Amino acid sequence: MINYFKLAYRNLGRHRRRSLLSALALALGTALLMFIAAFFQGEMRSSMETTLKLNTGHLQVRDEDYDPDKLSVAWEYLIENPDQAAAQIESLDPVLAATPRLLASGIVSVRDESAGVQIMGIVPESEANAPYRDGIVSGEFITADDREGIIIGLPLAESLDLRAGDSINLLVNTSDGDVDEQQFTVRGIFTTGTSAWDKGVVFLPLAKAQAFARAENHASIIFVLLNDREQADEVAAAIQGEGVVVKTWTQMNELLVLVEDFSNAYLAVINLIVLGVTATVIVNTLLMSVFERTREIGILSAIGMKGRQVIALFLAEASLLAFGGIGAGALAGWALSAYFGKVGVYFGDLGIGEQMLLEDRIYTYLTLDSAVSLIVTAFLVTVLASLYPARMASRMEPVEALHGKQ
Amino acid sequence: MEVAKLTNVTRVYKIGEVETRALNGVSMAISDGEFTSLVGPSGSGKTTLLQLIGCLDKPTSGSVIIGGQETTNLSRNQRADLRKGTIGFVFQFFALIPTLTAYENVEMPLLLNGKTPAQRKQRVMELLEAVDLADRGHHRPDQLSGGQQQRVAVARALSTNPKMILADEPTANLDTANGEQVMEIMKKLNKETGVTFVFATHDPRVIKYASRVVTLEDGVIVKDTKG
Ligand SMILES: Nc1ncnc2c1ncn2[C@@H]1O[C@H](COP(=O)(O)OP(=O)(O)OP(=O)(O)O)[C@@H](O)[C@H]1O
Ligand SMILES: [Mg+2]
Repeated sequence: MINYFKLAYRNLGRHRRRSLLSALALALGTALLMFIAAFFQGEMRSSMETTLKLNTGHLQVRDEDYDPDKLSVAWEYLIENPDQAAAQIESLDPVLAATPRLLASGIVSVRDESAGVQIMGIVPESEANAPYRDGIVSGEFITADDREGIIIGLPLAESLDLRAGDSINLLVNTSDGDVDEQQFTVRGIFTTGTSAWDKGVVFLPLAKAQAFARAENHASIIFVLLNDREQADEVAAAIQGEGVVVKTWTQMNELLVLVEDFSNAYLAVINLIVLGVTATVIVNTLLMSVFERTREIGILSAIGMKGRQVIALFLAEASLLAFGGIGAGALAGWALSAYFGKVGVYFGDLGIGEQMLLEDRIYTYLTLDSAVSLIVTAFLVTVLASLYPARMASRMEPVEALHGKQ
Repeated sequence: MEVAKLTNVTRVYKIGEVETRALNGVSMAISDGEFTSLVGPSGSGKTTLLQLIGCLDKPTSGSVIIGGQETTNLSRNQRADLRKGTIGFVFQFFALIPTLTAYENVEMPLLLNGKTPAQRKQRVMELLEAVDLADRGHHRPDQLSGGQQQRVAVARALSTNPKMILADEPTANLDTANGEQVMEIMKKLNKETGVTFVFATHDPRVIKYASRVVTLEDGVIVKDTKG
């Protein structure tokens, strides 16, 4: 057996700088693509997780007339006596937490400044409220029987210059279409790391919110988190009831699911473009090498090397370039992704809205799957592209060699 | 026994509208063990004739029989196979593979012929010995003199025990001493192993070694002297 790789290695060594530059092009392309993939995946993962955790949950039980965009607390849109239903749902095995929430619109005002907010009445001890409970940065979380306490987000506290213990004035749209107003004390300030969400929501204990908005014994939704979101459809089917609808996270996040699909197609296009460019660099390098070595190929052919052996020789060169370049690039891409997976890239409040929440810091996230498929694709594209110069070399007539040109 | 037999061979090169009749109805036979020189002025068709005998090229018309086999209808790969076992080449410009050592250059045809490592090693050492370069095996071509390179080329041409070696102006780029040394080695190998040599040359120092001299002019054999 001819050791094509030994020959290929030496041939690449003849033009060390040229070989290194072509490998470098491949390395840069691979590293870039790997980082882009990790960034996209990190962004999608963050966006999906954050949106589900904060905004929609995995399931929501609503009155069939409820409109999530209106934030109306008129009784006909609400669920009556939600506590028992929530407790029943929570007792199901796949359910992590099920908790009633009353959502109303309101305005916070302090001195002469004010801001529109979503008032959320919550059961403070529910597991579903952990992101807020654990996210308290000053003061403390509310308790169920607190009648004057309110929890606000860090961005709101900063823009209104509020501290724990300060008083605010809160205005609410009540169930009968009126407005009511009351003084509250900021018990605590939280952050979830997602400014777009934190700036627009304040928390009251459910009982207080119900009284304040005149929606006694009612909730807008039962917010449900599952242990595994893939079980959403099964659980939804199990908890259907008279007069209510159960929405799954896919139904509530059509836009997000669409963006996720779209981003995969988008990634594929970027991959194609970048790999196309790097493959062109490799093909160019090999073509130069074929033209320079016309005579040598003729000699090899004269001493009995067949066409497919010539092809194998050039493919071995391409494979070595690909192996070195893609290998180095994959390492660099992996290192970059790992680093920014820990540190994150700060974007702040991108203001995309509740439909697609994003953490202020995006953490790159590289799956083994996408890394492997990128490496394999890059390798295949490079080697397949090299078939062109390789076949060209294999078709050269040996007569060239005897022709005496040097 | 005839190693090669050409009958009424014509080779026309066509570049655009211009046709060059490089060979015009050449017939000749080459017998086993010959040491033949092809001579003639520049452009008379020597290289073209060697290429046809060596199956590197196909005639425009006529027949070329190598080792009893008609070659004119063989494919590119079939011709490569035929060359591999029966014909060795020595080119004017030493034509070694620059990335391979002398040893590896001689070994290459053996690799292409699927010989075992042990067979290869023995044969390469034997041949480097025969061309007086046993101690230069690990040198790259650019670390060898022109004469040494040409001797490596001769060793490589011989490695697969071909019936015939074709050499195109093997001494044209060598000084007298080196040229004579290469010719001495070829002559010795011809005597000892009986391998047939055919070489194209202008060089009178080479012609004097030949046992047969074929003279070409304008693509036609004008003289063929043996003895
Ligand atoms: N590949 C080719 N394409 C076109 N014409 C060619 C080609 N090879 C040779 N010829 C022409 O064919 C004729 C014979 O050429 P050839 O190379 O066989 O001569 P030669 O006897 O070897 O000459 P020299 O002593 O200069 O090497 C010349 O007129 C040459 O120009
Ligand atoms: Mg010539």
